[in-house]
Amino acid sequence: MAGLTALAHPETAWSVQLVAKLEKRMRRRGLLGGFLAGSVAGLAVPAIGRAQDSRVLRFIPQADLTVLDPMWTTAYVTRNHAFMVYDTLFGQDSAYRPSPQMLEGFTTTDDGKTWTLTLRPGLLFHDNEPVRAQDCVASLQRWGKRDAFGGALMAATDELSAKDDRTLVFRLKKPFALLPAALAKTPLYMPAIMPERIAKTDPFTQVTEMIGSGPFRFKADERVPGARVVYERFAGYKPRESGPTDWTSGPKIVHFDRVEWTTIPDPTTAAQALINNEQDWWDYATADLMGLLARSRGVKVVVQEPSGQIAILRMNHLQPPFNNPAIRRALLGAMSQEDVVTAVVGTNPKMSRTGVGFFCPETPMASGVGLDALTGPRDMDKVKRDLKAAGYNNERVVLLAATDFPVLKAMADVVADMLQRAGMNVDYQATDWGSVVTRRAKKDPVEAGGWSAFCTAWAGTDHLNPSGHLSLRTNGEQAWFGWPTDPKIEQLRNAWFDAPDIPAQAAICAEIQREAFQSLPYIPMGQYLQPTAYRSSLDGVLNGFALFWNVKRA
Amino acid sequence: MLGYLARRVLSTIPVMAIVALFVFSLLYIAPGDPAAIIAGDQATPADVERIRAGLGLDRPFLIRFGEWAWHVLNGDLGVSIFTNLPVTRMIGQRLEPTASLMVLTLILSIGIAVPMGVLAAWNQGTWIDRLIMIFAVFGFSVPVFVVGYILAYVFALELDWFPVQGYTPLAKGFGPWLNNLVLPAVALGGVYIALIARITRATMLEVLSQDYIRTAKAKGVGSRTILFLHALKNAAVPIVTVIGIGVALLIGGAVVTESVFAIPGLGRLVVDAILRRDYPVIQGVVLLFSFVYVLVNLGVDLLYTAFDPRIRY
Repeated sequence: MAGLTALAHPETAWSVQLVAKLEKRMRRRGLLGGFLAGSVAGLAVPAIGRAQDSRVLRFIPQADLTVLDPMWTTAYVTRNHAFMVYDTLFGQDSAYRPSPQMLEGFTTTDDGKTWTLTLRPGLLFHDNEPVRAQDCVASLQRWGKRDAFGGALMAATDELSAKDDRTLVFRLKKPFALLPAALAKTPLYMPAIMPERIAKTDPFTQVTEMIGSGPFRFKADERVPGARVVYERFAGYKPRESGPTDWTSGPKIVHFDRVEWTTIPDPTTAAQALINNEQDWWDYATADLMGLLARSRGVKVVVQEPSGQIAILRMNHLQPPFNNPAIRRALLGAMSQEDVVTAVVGTNPKMSRTGVGFFCPETPMASGVGLDALTGPRDMDKVKRDLKAAGYNNERVVLLAATDFPVLKAMADVVADMLQRAGMNVDYQATDWGSVVTRRAKKDPVEAGGWSAFCTAWAGTDHLNPSGHLSLRTNGEQAWFGWPTDPKIEQLRNAWFDAPDIPAQAAICAEIQREAFQSLPYIPMGQYLQPTAYRSSLDGVLNGFALFWNVKRA
Repeated sequence: MLGYLARRVLSTIPVMAIVALFVFSLLYIAPGDPAAIIAGDQATPADVERIRAGLGLDRPFLIRFGEWAWHVLNGDLGVSIFTNLPVTRMIGQRLEPTASLMVLTLILSIGIAVPMGVLAAWNQGTWIDRLIMIFAVFGFSVPVFVVGYILAYVFALELDWFPVQGYTPLAKGFGPWLNNLVLPAVALGGVYIALIARITRATMLEVLSQDYIRTAKAKGVGSRTILFLHALKNAAVPIVTVIGIGVALLIGGAVVTESVFAIPGLGRLVVDAILRRDYPVIQGVVLLFSFVYVLVNLGVDLLYTAFDPRIRY
């Protein structure tokens, strides 16, 4: 497994040696710290980068914030940015329960077909214009054209209108009990509320003005794409007056005047900057540097998001050999979730889970149905026999691997090995992510530049339920890349939206999983957790993803 | 001379045009689709198609090239596909850090390498010569990012003299500006110092064996005068040539250095743009780099006349 860990971060064996040196240094720091401090005191010059303003939070985002419009991309960093700038009608707590956020309250009629939502008074956009129901209507209509959950809500909606400036009304074709959950969603395509004039922008065109009603104002004049993004506290923001602050629900109290995001592409540099107190918070601490950070004085390493990331192997259902469901099923016996998550985060059992099905483990829709196929003993000879019996005839399997995403590269390396050991004729094609996303859109045979399989990862929150679970859609050529077809899963998904309560929803999800293990729209490859690291001088960092309210300098 | 200068400046126009066409064609045939990258990992194929159409990426090559070239001729490098910001603004934001890094590296490298080369040549075969050449081999052999990590470890983490990362604009003071750039400049300058030191040594050895040097020695001219007035001036042409060629090395090295030290410069901008297939940004930065390179070569050619009066244009 150690070898696999090395594979996870193949970019520099040298950086691993440096880490070892740094770890050694940390261990002896206690003994030598005083000596070193004394010996260099005369030589030291002020480290400018360490100048610290207690009202400024210095943050290293998981990736560069390239796209600002949360309706235009599915990048998580854009979602995090959006929750600073925009507010949502409902918030969501760490138990995934929705509660009013911009709303003062809401009512529903007895038949569940009319929802009346009332905005809190005094809400302002960053241009100091009041937030009106008309703005919410336009924003939600734009959102519904991009988001799967939003699309389901809009499909169930007969009319969405503004009764007056503070009241919006959903008139539904049929009851939609998940309306608050849809409007509170925190995964990709969050339902941001923006001014009507901006929200009327075509959903496939990026908005150019960052005006929201969230707790932070975006400083467009200080943005250096690829390097730096700055937010300042929005003085006109009116937080909820009561309730616990949990994830995106409750009062969003801001304790910093400015939040400065600095993009640091190199993980070793990011870790050094955090240890050296040049930065306060590193969003995505990499697994190989976690031990070092955890042992560094003044640095805390925590897992904020218990749902983590879920690795998957996606196959092309349109082309041989994976257009044959029997071959896909036979392959299950060759897959080891443990090997994949070990390659990504190492052997620390607290950082990963195996026995992962089609829904995020330890959440209400998860179940053990059909998991035996993944958790039983691995027998490669049997897999080879099963593949042959299923009709595998040594067709070429083009496995795409993104070399510039170490996590995805590690998964692909391990999966390639599993496929080869299962006797498949693997053509491992390593390229950059930009080429992978282009290539995977091709539906052609491998001989004509097509593909057979690739690995990727989704946030666990995307797999909480079928609403936004794109890789579980099986509507053929309309589905996500790989284009699986399974009408039964689609029927069950539609039934899930109509289920009256959580037990009924969970029962449907168990059925979905049972069917999914037959048709295999993808193969779940385990769950790994993403640590975040910050200076221990910070207090009140919330669970979930990087949120900038409630956090303060202790 | 003025006629030569005018001819050289005018000759940059076809060079830039060829570079523009080459880069545009290369990006057109290279795999990768910005629409798919923008849409993200979780987007559906239909989303990608709509974004591609919205960006106009589904139009024929010649129409796209013609439109872009027309805008460039009007001083407009276009708008980034991803950030929606004008490319000129993005380049403008990144110009100062890269220019600062390169200028400081040049000053540092020339200031160290030329005396090293002269010293090695003057002490040929001695331990000084060997030590300098060992350093040169080391400079050639060790990658920039390794030198960068070592410097950051020793001088930032251990000694706490300099920050690990970042850039402070010159407008905020010379001290903070320099403080942020010392480590990156030293890291980037390693290869450059090695290159210039070796060329200086080799050229100086050749010059020092010339008759006029022997004559100067026979006349009792002091060592320092011989070295720096007679020998170095005559050895300057190849050294200046290597310095000019080395600017391309610096541009390549800046990409790595800016990543290791998190400096928001043009190197990182172009690498990010390549990975995302942000065509207007790639084209804009490559055009700028080629223009700078052409100008540097012009400057080198002009410097020849200062060092060697026999050269006339």
